[in-house]
Amino acid sequence: MRPSRIPTSILWLTLVFFYLPIGFLVMNSFNSSRFAAKWGGFSLRWYERLTERADILAALGNSVRVAVVASLAAMVLGTTAALVLHRYRSRLQSVHRVLVAVPLVLPDILMGMSLLLLFVSLGVALNLVTVTVAHVTFCISYVALVVQARLQDFDFTMVEAARDLGASRFQAFRKVTLPLLAPGILAGGLLAFTLSIDDYVVTYFVKGPGADTLPTLVYSMIKKSRDLPVINALSTLMLILTFAVVALSQRLVRPVGS
Amino acid sequence: MKNSRREWLLTSPSLLWLAGLVLAPLLIVFAIAFRPALPAGGIGEGWSLDAVRALVDPVYLGLLANTVAVSAVTTVLCILVALPVALAMARLAPKWRSRVLLLVIVPFWTNFVIRVFAWQQILHAQGALAEALRWTGVLGENDRLLGNFAAVVLVSVYTYLPFAILPLFAAAEKFDFHLLDAARDLGARPFRAFVSVFIPGVRQGMVTALLVVFIPMLGSYVVPDMVGGTGTQMLGNKIAQRNFNDRNLPEAAALSGALTLLVLVPFFLRRRDAEPSANPEKA
Amino acid sequence: MNPILRFENITRRFGTFTAVDDVTIDIAKGETFSLLGPSGCGKTTLLRIAAGFDRPDAGRVLLDGNDITDLPPDRRPVNTVFQNYALFPHLNVRDNIAFGPKIAGQDAATVRREVDRMLELVDLTAHAEKRPAMLSGGQKQRVAIARALVNKPQVLLLDEPLAALDLKLRQRLLVDLDAIHDEVGITFIYVTHDQSEAMSISDRIAVMNKGVIEQTGTPVQIYETPRTSFVAAFIGDTNFLDGRIIGAVDDRFSRCAVEDFGTIIIDNDKPVRIGDRIDLSLRPEKLMVSRQRPDAGPMDNAVQGIVEDVIYFGSSTRYWVRCGAWKLCAEVQHRTFLLDETPPVWGDSVWLRWHANDGYLLEQYDALDEDLLTLPED
Repeated sequence: MRPSRIPTSILWLTLVFFYLPIGFLVMNSFNSSRFAAKWGGFSLRWYERLTERADILAALGNSVRVAVVASLAAMVLGTTAALVLHRYRSRLQSVHRVLVAVPLVLPDILMGMSLLLLFVSLGVALNLVTVTVAHVTFCISYVALVVQARLQDFDFTMVEAARDLGASRFQAFRKVTLPLLAPGILAGGLLAFTLSIDDYVVTYFVKGPGADTLPTLVYSMIKKSRDLPVINALSTLMLILTFAVVALSQRLVRPVGS
Repeated sequence: MKNSRREWLLTSPSLLWLAGLVLAPLLIVFAIAFRPALPAGGIGEGWSLDAVRALVDPVYLGLLANTVAVSAVTTVLCILVALPVALAMARLAPKWRSRVLLLVIVPFWTNFVIRVFAWQQILHAQGALAEALRWTGVLGENDRLLGNFAAVVLVSVYTYLPFAILPLFAAAEKFDFHLLDAARDLGARPFRAFVSVFIPGVRQGMVTALLVVFIPMLGSYVVPDMVGGTGTQMLGNKIAQRNFNDRNLPEAAALSGALTLLVLVPFFLRRRDAEPSANPEKA
Repeated sequence: MNPILRFENITRRFGTFTAVDDVTIDIAKGETFSLLGPSGCGKTTLLRIAAGFDRPDAGRVLLDGNDITDLPPDRRPVNTVFQNYALFPHLNVRDNIAFGPKIAGQDAATVRREVDRMLELVDLTAHAEKRPAMLSGGQKQRVAIARALVNKPQVLLLDEPLAALDLKLRQRLLVDLDAIHDEVGITFIYVTHDQSEAMSISDRIAVMNKGVIEQTGTPVQIYETPRTSFVAAFIGDTNFLDGRIIGAVDDRFSRCAVEDFGTIIIDNDKPVRIGDRIDLSLRPEKLMVSRQRPDAGPMDNAVQGIVEDVIYFGSSTRYWVRCGAWKLCAEVQHRTFLLDETPPVWGDSVWLRWHANDGYLLEQYDALDEDLLTLPED
């Protein structure tokens, strides 16, 4: 019996659907016309224009800074969270588990709004620090999620073996647990990084009037309909960067020993 | 005991962080909903029911209905597409499976705002698509592709489809495809086998897909803001509007509180449902 | 005797379940000692207590006279070979073996020399730079042994070390393991549920069941003189007969009535008096099978029955013979070319003969242990 072809066709159509808007962006980034609707011939003018906009570069710098700090902090907090959730079965962990799960399902707007109200009631000034704190908060849960999945397959007799061979609790963690979990932690950190770089809604609520990250800057450019084709050029460059990161991470995430 | 002290020590960093920055803020949302608003923006002293009372406005009822409708339609469409996609992916050879999986994920590593912007351009009134549809007569002279319910749903499906595909694919990967053969062997036609064997087989993945699409959709804000119109506003837009345009924090808080309840109810129902299966596998 | 390792009144409970119940064992220096029993009998718990992964609720563990009960695993001169090997996947064979010496702070030259010596011992020098994932099951096993032995433990604990391997490899590794034991001369404690493994490798065996030691002894003692019905049925196969002493033959043998079977002569393995109820274990290979009535000596027993089941194993054949209310299993070794003979078949009438000395009186009998016997379904 040959399996039906319909699901496979839907799969390919879906992939076309996924890449259609992206292809459209890339194509338009080389369109010399100011209006996406008309093809005005091939041109690199929007890329030139991009280099003139220092604010975009600054916003990109902000985004990267926030994402690096947030994902590093989330890697530490998320990994410890995953470890204790896996290890202990107590009332404390039931509460902990719910708290870790909530950011995964809480819509961004509620996360942003509630954090904004927290910062306002505490009288904290809104700036990139509050943005980073907010990003750490949702990134923890995603890192924990990825590391927990890794722990499902983790063989804890490895740790016993290390202890048996004379390693202290800490040595066993550093020499066995950590290296074996590293790919998972790194994958979690990478996910956190992309989520942070990508975030618009939460950032918009807690960033205050000052510095922009890339998504908030792009959003305001779109709203004001200013330099729209530059956004196409920018996203094409980011797309290339993304593919590079994906290719790199594919090498990193590959499990040890296979 | 020594062991429980270690547990507390290791749990406290993430626990305290999340308690302070997830739980506390949510509670503050409910508290501020009962505060008076200051005309200049900001939160007044004392307590007031104004913000909560404002929720009874029929405008909000329409908003709520629209929010649930967009979310529900998007969720159903996502799952309808994701089911055959997950099936097809799970049936691929392992080497191809991981590549296609990557193909599904990668577009969503481009910026979310930019992806929605791309759709805005595609659906633009003067865009090639609109022109072509007008030329074929499918689209009337004054009809627009942007600013309506369909546009919001289309772009929402685009953004959330991978979140439906991933859990369904995870479930489909564990599905024993011999069962489909068995169903065919017992006389079921392909579609019948799909409905009565495959779908129950990936039920758990379907529940997850449902939740990870429907719940965030309820809080949708960017998509209706960018490709929707005044008639397709969702609760998220109103929260942002009350917050940034009207500077009425208590009313924004009241709306957020309502949305929180709307969102957390299914979440906790699901948890109670899932708890027995989360039993420790080891003693 | 001055034991190298002593379990002293060890009790370990998990909730309401008592995994180990007041167990005392002395293990002599240099011997290979097996803890043998079905899964859940407490043998692994005992091993984990020796290794330091678990602590007893009561009792002490003494190593060379010193109490090590509360020492963590990294401070015990005891090493473990894990059931699933537990090799570190991110380290190659050499670094796996070097893990212990490095932690112990030995200098690089010493570590290298010791590791090389171990690689030689387990014959893995050619694979030193490989990751565990690239090794076969048997090779992994040997790395695990080398990794433990390089630390020169006073006792090596082996937790079902061969369970994950197939039968042929298991037999070969048993021989290897025995050779390694002879070479390094340290004490091995070997946990297994496989009685043939335990029989072939051990100097002494402790048979465990439900958290208690049923019997400790050499393999021959365990097999030939089982103390309980559990030991008799778990190690090898046996027949159980129960009867009542009705008279003495002399001061060593008694006459015993077995209901619906007949009167048999038994060896007084323990003191008996007329009227005592006794339980007898009779190994299948002790029963001679013949078509004709055998010449029975004064202390021989002979009974007639009908063959009900026959299973041919190549080197031997098992017959289940119905004698009155009893069904006895007899195993016949084939020392001659079988096609020249006409062995009994289903429905044949045969005689079973055994010497009174070949049965053994059990101290303890539990009817549930009959479930351990191989019996073809009726």
